[in-house]
Amino acid sequence: MEEKVKPKLDLNRVAMPRQEPKVRARNFNEVAQGYTWDMALHEAVRCIQCPKHPCISGCPVNVDISDFIKALRDNNMPEAVRILKSKNALPGICGRVCPQESQCEEVCTLSKKGAPIAIGRLERYVADWEREHRTEKASSPNPTSPKGKKVAVIGSGPAGLTCAADLARLGYQVTIFESSHVAGGVLTYGIPEFRLPKAIVNEEVDYVKSLGVEIKLDSVMGKLATVDELFDSGYEAVFLGTGAGLPMLLNIPGENLNGVFTANEFLTRVNLMKAYLFPKYDTPIKIGKKVAVIGGGNVAMDSARCALRLGADEVYIIYRRSRVEMPARHEEVENAEEEGIIFKFLTNPKRFIGNDEGWITAVECHEMELGEPDASGRRRPIVKEGSEFIIEADVAIVALGTTPNPLIPSTTKGLETRKNGTVVADEETGKTVKDGVWAGGDVVTGSATVISAMGAGKRAVTSIDSYLKTPKPRTSDSKQINI
Amino acid sequence: MFKIIAKEKLCPVIDFIKITAPAVAKKAKAGQFVVIRVDEVGERIPLTLADWDEKEGTLSLVAMRVGTTTFKLSSLNVGDHILDLSGPLGLPSEIANFGTVVCVGGGVGVAPVYPIARALKQAGNEVISIIGARSKDLLFWEDRLRSVSDELIVTTDDGSYARKGLVTNPLKEVLERDQRISRVIAIGPAIMMKFCSLTTKPFGVATIVSLNAIMVDGTGMCGCCRVSIDGVTKFVCVNGPEFDGHHVDWDLLFTRQRIFCDEEKRSLELWKAHHGQTGE
Repeated sequence: MEEKVKPKLDLNRVAMPRQEPKVRARNFNEVAQGYTWDMALHEAVRCIQCPKHPCISGCPVNVDISDFIKALRDNNMPEAVRILKSKNALPGICGRVCPQESQCEEVCTLSKKGAPIAIGRLERYVADWEREHRTEKASSPNPTSPKGKKVAVIGSGPAGLTCAADLARLGYQVTIFESSHVAGGVLTYGIPEFRLPKAIVNEEVDYVKSLGVEIKLDSVMGKLATVDELFDSGYEAVFLGTGAGLPMLLNIPGENLNGVFTANEFLTRVNLMKAYLFPKYDTPIKIGKKVAVIGGGNVAMDSARCALRLGADEVYIIYRRSRVEMPARHEEVENAEEEGIIFKFLTNPKRFIGNDEGWITAVECHEMELGEPDASGRRRPIVKEGSEFIIEADVAIVALGTTPNPLIPSTTKGLETRKNGTVVADEETGKTVKDGVWAGGDVVTGSATVISAMGAGKRAVTSIDSYLKTPKPRTSDSKQINI
Repeated sequence: MFKIIAKEKLCPVIDFIKITAPAVAKKAKAGQFVVIRVDEVGERIPLTLADWDEKEGTLSLVAMRVGTTTFKLSSLNVGDHILDLSGPLGLPSEIANFGTVVCVGGGVGVAPVYPIARALKQAGNEVISIIGARSKDLLFWEDRLRSVSDELIVTTDDGSYARKGLVTNPLKEVLERDQRISRVIAIGPAIMMKFCSLTTKPFGVATIVSLNAIMVDGTGMCGCCRVSIDGVTKFVCVNGPEFDGHHVDWDLLFTRQRIFCDEEKRSLELWKAHHGQTGE
């Protein structure tokens, strides 16, 4: 491979090696295998180091992209790592799951002429290099630092981890309360191993811990303690990063038949509980011969591709709109197609059909057509009367989306929520209407992306920091509450 | 990590363990449950609280050996640890002075009925308890239930101890003889809760049951434990576990309890092959 900087602009990006579709469709190993040094260098020298570097503002956490790419091509890897990690505590994760095509890469200057710089792939390369070459843990800040005030972060997903990491760097004493037995939120239970290896999530969580953050697992807040009880026990600020984990159902006949799963249950069993390794792991999963997945987002793609890897013969994606309206990442749709997932567009389930034993045997569907755009701006799907047809299935997975879990809002006095269950918070600062409480990520926006949750976690830190730095007479109202 | 500080075999297939879990004990209320994971490869299972002690910082759990996890649990000894425990989960039982209440416990269900009966007694109710088991050697906590009841009726299916027959027989008699009964709480195998509900229906007495659906997370994020109440889908872990037995779709519950029957059997056979059967 050519290592010299080419005078002429290369308009094509270096391709990412991936496992062959036929092979990967039957294993849970990572699909995309990452750049080699030669590939990374070749891609990095395409960056024209434009003075305006629009990529940085395209990144929700404002990574100094052109600088880390420059350090990379100067073969100064420790410096590339330092630049990346100073803004992003979870680069190994972001490099893999960010929708870069609609963020940093979308605004890359090169995208006007040809393919934008593969920023995500380079970020991943640097993060993976760092993990392989890490010799010592990051130094934790002095716990007796003058700022040593206590902050509670509820939820250890991308929003909570980012917020906690940045607060710890500022010298605060941060405790994350996580309901599950593993940290990471959707990174752990939702996104499958073949897109995001759990070893990487664990190591990035360990990095956050090495900054001095304490993570308390098995702690269901709202049940174990309320937000006000956290204040009573000495925490001076609380950040809610509890996500949107409540699954939506279709509410059509047959939805409670055996073999019909929500995507959350299916993916939790597979990813968090490692049911794909049953019976080595104790959690079981139903392996369908014919699997119908309902929905068109990333969660639907993940569910379908997991079902295939568990050994299904045929896996269908049933989506009520057409291909262009699909909210899933283009790359993941392409991966799914290559692996043999069958797409049924403009199709919507009418009911699940079961046998005498209460097991699903088929999904009855309607054909759909697209009408005028609805409130979301997408064309509204309309049922074609008399178009019913049957798709046989012994497992169905409902991936319609999620809403925030009401556990915290329903047990926290003075928190404001919208009709859809999301918590009302200032877009810029994450400040809620309750004194001392911030919120960010899916709990505020409804289900969105990992990086937008990280951005929200990061933005809240500035606001929390200035709140905690401002000397204030303790208002009596937070002390009065004692549930 | 949650340390086991006491263990007792209540009967050949039912174990009692006491675990250190101060934060959970501080918040626990009658009717709530915890989700536990025994070890690194373990699954998450729900267990309704049999008791707790805030001062001591402990929880008491009673589990019947039916599958891999409960066998694993049974193989642990005092000083060992349970890897994960989260709770208290679910809504607490509704406790008020209803007047006269009947608490029915079947099999291992006697354990979760105990703290509810106690709370109802403390709230000023007259408590009539009915506990039943298949046979004498499967019966436990008769003394505990007696200590919180104004009247206690014991049954065994085979007549090996106390009254012969199912719990529904004395339940019907009590309802016939005592017009003041305002509420029945029934906890046990789903089939027993269904028949208790059918027994009370003609009398129009509110009947609360604690549903034992399959769970994963126990916090409302997966819907594995969904049941149908009056035709509306509810999640047992957050909307329950207690529901009005007269409105439960029992057949759906029975069907959904069998989702992983084959896998559970396979898993247990493997476990037994590696560890040998314990305690039998």
